[in-house]
Amino acid sequence: MKVIELRDLTKDFQIGFFRKKPFRALDHLCLEVEEGEIFGFLGPNGAGKTTTLKILMRLLYPTSGSAWILERPISDVSVHARIGYLPESPYFYDYLTGEEFLSYCGRIFGFGPREVRRRTADLLDAVGIGDARLLPLRKYSKGMLQRIGVAQALINDPRVLFLDEPMSGLDPLGRREVREIILQQRQRGVTVFFSSHILPDVESLCDRVAILNRGRLVDCGKLTDILRMEITSLELVATNVAPPQSTQLERLALQANRLGERLHLRMADDGVVEQSLRLIREGKGKLISINPVRESLEDYFLKAMDQSDARDPGQGGTEKREAGS
Amino acid sequence: MKIGHIASNTFKESVREKVLYNLLLFALLMIASSLVLSEISIGQERKIIIDLGLSAVSLFGTMIAIFIGIGLVYKEIDKRTIYSLLAKPIHRWEFILGKYLGLLFTLLVNVAVMTAAIYAALFYLERGLQWSHGLILWAVLLIFFELALTTSLALMFSSFSTPLLSAAFTFFLWIIGHFNADLKHFGNLTESSFVSGLCDVLYYLLPNYGNFNIIQPVAHLEPVTASFVGTSVAYGLLYVALVLGCSLIIFQHRNFK
Repeated sequence: MKVIELRDLTKDFQIGFFRKKPFRALDHLCLEVEEGEIFGFLGPNGAGKTTTLKILMRLLYPTSGSAWILERPISDVSVHARIGYLPESPYFYDYLTGEEFLSYCGRIFGFGPREVRRRTADLLDAVGIGDARLLPLRKYSKGMLQRIGVAQALINDPRVLFLDEPMSGLDPLGRREVREIILQQRQRGVTVFFSSHILPDVESLCDRVAILNRGRLVDCGKLTDILRMEITSLELVATNVAPPQSTQLERLALQANRLGERLHLRMADDGVVEQSLRLIREGKGKLISINPVRESLEDYFLKAMDQSDARDPGQGGTEKREAGS
Repeated sequence: MKIGHIASNTFKESVREKVLYNLLLFALLMIASSLVLSEISIGQERKIIIDLGLSAVSLFGTMIAIFIGIGLVYKEIDKRTIYSLLAKPIHRWEFILGKYLGLLFTLLVNVAVMTAAIYAALFYLERGLQWSHGLILWAVLLIFFELALTTSLALMFSSFSTPLLSAAFTFFLWIIGHFNADLKHFGNLTESSFVSGLCDVLYYLLPNYGNFNIIQPVAHLEPVTASFVGTSVAYGLLYVALVLGCSLIIFQHRNFK
């Protein structure tokens, strides 16, 4: 079942005050997300990620194209009873306490007082801010606001969860907790659609990713298909290598870093590594490790961005990015 | 039901605003000062208390309606609290009506407190209350509809403009609305058919706050006809419905960038 479906979704904005100029924040975006997937939505600032999410949440109207969630058009309000949404850098009613805010959200979904109390208490504990439930939100730190944001997105046991930059503003512990919450949701069969700048999180969580640049889809697919699993280079670490040999090693390497006596070298292939080992022996050095380097999502992402920019140079990219973000 | 929850949250938001208590305090001080003023106005004590008291209800109620009303929708957009709310299963019209009713309920509570203060002042002066003092409630009812109209205007402007501009627009209409009858009179006096026609259009288009003002006859405890009150209430309801309708149309088409 297609849980999210976007067909030729396009959004134009008008910029400028007197002489308005149109710019395209989203350009005929087509995307499908299957049930139970964790789907990562990647792109630089202003690529159109937040614009897409806002259209899905009915905060923006598309200029053209259409979108469905759970096989219902997004204009159907009833479908929003089955989804959860965490906006980017969330800000909530600062005069309410955490408990009051979640109760308010629960009542909007039509839950009775007893059910609201139960869900509120469970969620506050689940996101680790149970102790701060009676504290006004104005006294919450950025990380706590992010957590209460996640809690409000889960108040209705959603079937689809939309998270806009859920890891931003969180410390490593908070990031790990959000990652665990996302994985728990997947175990419950929830489809998770999230945008992020933190590529290691995307890499560790997502089944599939879509990469967006300047409002256009650059690539979309399974991480295993997108990232070539073959070894792209070898990382070699050695220490106490005598100067003439260490200089030769640095010349051989694709990339070399010296940290005190320690040398970090990135070698192109096995042949170069053999040559390097010989030099280390000759230089009375000690080999610490040799590790294969595979292409990471970050490498792929940067490459995809470069290719996309090369295909579509100029076009006021910076302007678009800022206005569309 | 969802409208009720949004209204209740708006009420909670308003009662946690410091400006509300400042305005309420000033209103109560003004009503209390009417007791002092009545001491130096021989034979006019009751009139002074009712006149000043009702004027305080109208003036401070208007200030509450404008100061809180202009931020109702703007703050939700500016602080982005609206993002997580509109993503939930609510219609935009439910949001607008909820916000409106929430502030209206705040005003109702404030008007009730100020009215109680007027009656307390009268009780202190006359060592008791009379049936004729019930007339004050008619005036309060019309003041409440005046406030409902002002709130709807503030809400409409706040759905597309900044608080400063919204306050200016609402205050401007509030001033003009009090001189609306003069506009009609001016139209009748002028010889230019264009100006006369323009005055007529403006007279019917702009809010006529004169319809809600019965402070003077009530201060003299002169009877007020039920038909006048009924017509004024009907006018207020119709105008509020039109203004809220405009707010809904504007808000329905807004993009939250």
